[in-house]
Amino acid sequence: MDDKHKQLDWMVAQAKAGRMTRREFVGRTTALGVSAGLASALFGKAAQAQEAKKGGVIRIGMQGGESTNSLDPALAASEVPFQVNMTWGELLCDVKADGTIDLRIAEEISSSPDATEWKFKIRQGVEYHGGGTVTAEDVVATLKRHTDEKAQSGALGIVQGIADMKAEGDMVTLKLNAANADLPFLMADYHLMIQPGGGVDNPAAGIGAGPYSVVINEPGVRHTFKKHANYFDSTIGHADEIEILVINDNTARTAALQSGQVHMINRVDPKIVELLKGVPGVQIKAVAGRGHYVFIMHVDKAPFDNNDLRMALKLAINRQEMVDKVLGGLGSRGNDFPINAAYPLFEDKFEQREYDAAKAAEYYAKSGHDGSPIVLATAPGAFPGAVDAANLFAASANAAGIPLQVKLEPDDGYWSNVWNVAPFCASYWGGRPVQDQMYTTAYLSTAEWNDTKFKNAKFDELLMAARGELDEAKRKGMYTEMAQILRDEGGLILPMFNDFVSGVSDTVGGWVDDPNGELMNGRAQIKCWLNA
Amino acid sequence: MHPILKLVVQRIALGLLLLLAVSAVIFLGVEALPGDTAQAILGQQATPEALANLREKMGLNQPPLTRYFQWLGGILTGDLGKALTNGADIAQSIGQRLGNTLFLAGCAAVIAVPLAILLGLVAARHAGKWPDKVISGITLSTISLPEFVAAYFVIYIFTQLIPIFQPVAMVFPGMTFWAKLNAVALPVIVLVLVVLAHMMRMTRAAILNVMQSAYIETAELKGLSPMTVIWKHAFPNAIAPVVSVVMLNLAYLVVGVVVVEVVFGYNALGQYLVDHVTKRDLPVVQAVGLIFAAVYIFLNMAADIIGILANPRLRHPK
Repeated sequence: MDDKHKQLDWMVAQAKAGRMTRREFVGRTTALGVSAGLASALFGKAAQAQEAKKGGVIRIGMQGGESTNSLDPALAASEVPFQVNMTWGELLCDVKADGTIDLRIAEEISSSPDATEWKFKIRQGVEYHGGGTVTAEDVVATLKRHTDEKAQSGALGIVQGIADMKAEGDMVTLKLNAANADLPFLMADYHLMIQPGGGVDNPAAGIGAGPYSVVINEPGVRHTFKKHANYFDSTIGHADEIEILVINDNTARTAALQSGQVHMINRVDPKIVELLKGVPGVQIKAVAGRGHYVFIMHVDKAPFDNNDLRMALKLAINRQEMVDKVLGGLGSRGNDFPINAAYPLFEDKFEQREYDAAKAAEYYAKSGHDGSPIVLATAPGAFPGAVDAANLFAASANAAGIPLQVKLEPDDGYWSNVWNVAPFCASYWGGRPVQDQMYTTAYLSTAEWNDTKFKNAKFDELLMAARGELDEAKRKGMYTEMAQILRDEGGLILPMFNDFVSGVSDTVGGWVDDPNGELMNGRAQIKCWLNA
Repeated sequence: MHPILKLVVQRIALGLLLLLAVSAVIFLGVEALPGDTAQAILGQQATPEALANLREKMGLNQPPLTRYFQWLGGILTGDLGKALTNGADIAQSIGQRLGNTLFLAGCAAVIAVPLAILLGLVAARHAGKWPDKVISGITLSTISLPEFVAAYFVIYIFTQLIPIFQPVAMVFPGMTFWAKLNAVALPVIVLVLVVLAHMMRMTRAAILNVMQSAYIETAELKGLSPMTVIWKHAFPNAIAPVVSVVMLNLAYLVVGVVVVEVVFGYNALGQYLVDHVTKRDLPVVQAVGLIFAAVYIFLNMAADIIGILANPRLRHPK
């Protein structure tokens, strides 16, 4: 009996820490002779006990920071600036873990029936760190700054679609060049932090309306924050202080988590996940997301201008092997279009493309390729494990009689000299909140980052039509049709979607798996709390 | 003029000339790199338009010679300019990080130099016997380990097996001296392991070399104890080669420890330089390169001068 009590206590503790689902909990406690009704009630109580605790200092150790980083949200491009901006900045609206819109500075969003004009009602009394409150004029000034080419904003492509911006009282009105039913999702882009006066005078001041204000900003070393006392949302910002430490070395980052120097780390190396699972006090959070690793062919350059050859290559890659060996099982197989179940309006109707040497050889023969080597450029930095993945690909393709050859390029200069230049190379995408944005960024004929040089009139037409389509069922159908085109004719070989793998200490409460990005889409530090 | 003073002045002048030459080489070297800052900053987002805009804004369109002299003039007036990538003041960023670099190097040197010399003396005293073999064996194996491997060992031992230190060794202004020492403990251990052997072996070799001399035999015949012979009679005449090796290792501790910095997340100059090299942030790369060169030249010059001073024939010319 005593032993059973102990086990029950242990399971309640697990449930409190959020490490057991209700189903698991009920299953295991009923096995001990507890009635299902009581078990369910117990679980509810345990989960309730997971109440936010205030105070303390949350420390995060992160890869992806350099001493060249700036606080200017327009320039954010790597993981640490992303996380840092989420701590001090505030967006018009955000995307929740379940893919719905979370109203932040905007307290109401509405659109005209044709989705060409959008109105954002600005929440009153949202204070900046330095005093003063967010006004509709600030919002417009912020968006305008990102439209200026000199600002070098990563959100330029988004704000370019806005024809006219107007601030009247507490209302911001945006008129679009073309209909876009997804505009709120675009406004959740991490570059678009609302800054006083639009941040025109000093874009890197680090002053915003977010839950924490910047105390120390040492790029590439650490970023510290203290609670913004007058933050408008009491459900966010539990710790008194936040520290983000830049620890680019995998081993040191892991050791820092194990030794308790930090509470969370990003980018846990898939190779050591199994080892870390056995470490007391540390949990591994592998979250399926939208990020994916790709091999991209320029469809306008020989030999990749031949769809039979492209199909041969798509069939000559062993996706399950990639997921198992490159991702250590922490991911899922891709199907040669960049959308998965983490996206809204995704229809799971496609047959999984498998490795089929015979069929690949058939397509290869049909393509009439002259047998000269097909060169795949890759580099260690193309994505984690990119060189291994390319070698696996070459091996499985060679087995099908396709002369695929791997060419190792240096990391240095890869994104300027190889990506978007070499006709066939390894790359990655972080994914976008909605399908429209992903397709618009990389597969629309006119896209700046169209890295497969894919130009398909029917595809473009569907994309534009879907943007203005407010009927979700119809829109879903359009997206499915687009996926079909890309999957069968595109230059994209997408073997795998990678999970975001983070390490979190047991003392952290409030963790929620968020498919939008790593570490709860950059918000773990403002949404979690410390139990100890 | 006293010949020693003359020698010293000569050395210093030579050092400065060398530094000027190095500055030109650094500038040329950076110029010769493929790609430029604008391209490196924009990365995936580099459209021809954005590139042209950025190059214009950064003054990358001016001829190299103009930029070299502008840069040189800036250095002489203490103005290193702003980092192209994030607009931070370079002199200020370097100032703090240089302090951290020197702190780490200083801590390592304070332990490593006396320890190496002491071990060298002991090894020389017992040359060929077991203490010599043990000391040489251990120090040679630690120098043979790549730094990052030694670092991982040290992390494993002192943060996992015996958790007394922290794996991440960042230091910040405002920390107490003891807190700083505690933070840098692990990198210091690694650096000591790495530099010990070289200095120890040189001390041992230099002493053994002197031990062949007739005057040592005389000292021994006088009945002095072996340690006194080594310390009082052999060591002063072995100083010059030992000092030059010590200086080489000090220079390494200042400029060559980027791997250790990265592994322990230590916020010093090496990591700062590497970050800016990958972004082609030329002003920063040049400034840090010049500082590293200056450290090297200064320490070698110091070794030269101490070597001269340690030589009685030069100290007391006829």
